[in-house]
Amino acid sequence: MKAYGKREAAITDKFSTQEMVLSMGPHHPSTHGVLRLILQTDGEMIVNVTPDVGFLHRGLEKIAEMVPYQSFMPFTDRIDYLSSLNCNLGYAITVERLAGIEVPEKAEYLRVIGAELTRMASHFVGAGALLLDLGAVTPFVHALRERETYNTLIEMLCGARLTHNYVRVGGVSHDLPSGFREEALKFVDHIEHEFIKEFNDLISFNSILINRLKDVGVISREQAIEYTLTGPNLRGSGVKYDTRRDDTYSIYDRFDFDIPAGRGKFGTVGDCYDRYWVRIEEITQSCRIIRQALNQMPENGEVRTKLPKVLKVQEGEIYVRTESPRGQLGFYLMSNGGTRPDRLKIKTGSFSAMTIIELISQGVMVADLVAIIGSLDIVAPEIDR
Amino acid sequence: MIQHNLPDMIYKFLLGISGLSAIPDFLLVTASYLIPSAAVLGFVMFVSGMLTYAERKVSADIQNRIGPNRVGPFGLLQMLADGVKLILKEDIIPDAVDRKLFKLAPYIVFSGTMLAVTVVPFGGPFIVADLNIGLVFIIVVSSLIVVGFLMSGWASNNKWALLGGIRSAAQIISYEIPAALSLFTVVLIAGTFSMQKIVMSQGPYPWDWFIFHNPFTFVAFFIFFISSLAEINRLPFDFPEAESELVSGYNVEYSGMRFALFFLAEFANIFISASIAAAVFLGGGNIGLDPYESGIGFQLVMVLIFFAKVVPLCLVTIWIRWTLPRLRIDQMLSMCWKYFIPMSFACLAMTAIWMLVFNGNGIFWRMNG
Repeated sequence: MKAYGKREAAITDKFSTQEMVLSMGPHHPSTHGVLRLILQTDGEMIVNVTPDVGFLHRGLEKIAEMVPYQSFMPFTDRIDYLSSLNCNLGYAITVERLAGIEVPEKAEYLRVIGAELTRMASHFVGAGALLLDLGAVTPFVHALRERETYNTLIEMLCGARLTHNYVRVGGVSHDLPSGFREEALKFVDHIEHEFIKEFNDLISFNSILINRLKDVGVISREQAIEYTLTGPNLRGSGVKYDTRRDDTYSIYDRFDFDIPAGRGKFGTVGDCYDRYWVRIEEITQSCRIIRQALNQMPENGEVRTKLPKVLKVQEGEIYVRTESPRGQLGFYLMSNGGTRPDRLKIKTGSFSAMTIIELISQGVMVADLVAIIGSLDIVAPEIDR
Repeated sequence: MIQHNLPDMIYKFLLGISGLSAIPDFLLVTASYLIPSAAVLGFVMFVSGMLTYAERKVSADIQNRIGPNRVGPFGLLQMLADGVKLILKEDIIPDAVDRKLFKLAPYIVFSGTMLAVTVVPFGGPFIVADLNIGLVFIIVVSSLIVVGFLMSGWASNNKWALLGGIRSAAQIISYEIPAALSLFTVVLIAGTFSMQKIVMSQGPYPWDWFIFHNPFTFVAFFIFFISSLAEINRLPFDFPEAESELVSGYNVEYSGMRFALFFLAEFANIFISASIAAAVFLGGGNIGLDPYESGIGFQLVMVLIFFAKVVPLCLVTIWIRWTLPRLRIDQMLSMCWKYFIPMSFACLAMTAIWMLVFNGNGIFWRMNG
């Protein structure tokens, strides 16, 4: 560092201002849940951001040690309430792999259909909330309108609209009702051919939005890997990695789908716009998977393997990762041969996304920080579990 | 030429009906000024109430919702319900605020807004005070608002409110320049600052309006409209209260009636900026007749024509609010200083040259008959 003379030091002292400490949250409109960021700002420029997490800690991992294997399923809904079905699926696959349970063919298809529908609905909220934070209320409401159709579809499947609890160890809870296939196809067609185009015309290619998102919060390929970002946040930085394809689970290997990755559509690779755009493209890919699954799904068949009321899992440990809309959802399960897990560790995408905020928020403005949080699609309960 | 204005007319009318009774003259004079002021105040409150209703209904239509439909027919009385709610609400003054400034700020914002209404020509003789510096008066009193914003932001003793107040100061002061410069292009043509005379020097048909006088006034109209969006803190320029960034900005600590004053001022501002644009660029309530001598029937038609121009402008303001995302503060300021101010200044200079070269004639119309 350059050594300043006495005179310069005096001038600097005279004009240097105190940095302001702003507490953003725990109740702030754009922190997506109960999340607190301690900002050190110089006027509107951010000098440092310190995330303060833990407001939504519900002790899910401890609860898992208290209840039988199947009884933990409703709790997985609460890991990430925007994509509860994906969390159900991750837990179910973990237990099935450790216990060696076979899942009926039709149940696998229903699981994939449900998971991909949920992924779409989660991205509606993710992209919509980002736009809401940037001041565009209407696109968010339009996205929620489509989520409403999704809620109706899932309600047909399992009767619940938010915390689905649809996937069970060894299958799914209900077979699909009559008319579901047609309704789902109609929904998928509407999204792929009408909604996405309308949404993009409305907002995605709006020059104000592009100027707000491009070159903001750039995460390079190396940084993304170093900070173990997963899911759309990793792909936004240009890494074509998707657990559905690269460490395939369930029946994802039977479907033909692309993995969208950020390529600097309007600015640098890995900026906020790339992360936003990856989510929009993933909605289309989910539509493709759902259409294939609906067409390939067998008409008849069991949807649930017969299992004892209280499941006993042999001794051992396993780590299973699945692709949730917010990144990789990992379950580490340890069993000592009893009826309850010995230890269950949950790793979520939002947690690693949270860690990088400190790095990429240096020297941006408060308004950019809002865009960064929104583009990382952080959901607070997923951070704390 | 006879100097017309509304208070004088009311004074004569009152003198006529009171005749030679014992009512002292100063009471009549006071009344002749108070009556139009109170009427306009009530009317603008009503209009801003209707605008809150319009905002809710239009946004509901844009977002595939229904909007208010419970209170009164089509939910038209929703604004009354809101008003009652806000009046009955507890008026919270936090302990750590600067009490004097905190209480004063809403009144400054509100009176700054309402002062501007005094020179708005509603068509016909309906203008509270036809000042000979009308246009300058509007620009001056509307910058009074920023004092109130800054005051509320500072007095709230809240960092978010302070940021909102500082933002509003930066924004309103910046955008006042292009707004004023683009209004002055019209002053060059009309040769007067008086709002009523500006309206009267235009004509009833679109080609008589100042917006189509020459290409530069056409540009100036859009510069004025966008700058006025920034001046009244509407999206895409709603930085002082950017909800998702600054929680609610300068008014975050306010509740009850004090908040309602900020709120009413905001919606009254939409109406005022729309009516300035309509009067200055779009011919106001001009139907080609003398506004003072043409009889009450035609005068009411003038008012209707004026509102037929103001209401679409208000709706466009609301439409923009529910369509666009927000800019970033540095983008907004650089847009103002790099593009709007040079452009509006160029418009002003080019209009001056146009007036010199074409002897004051417009593209479609001739100044001197």
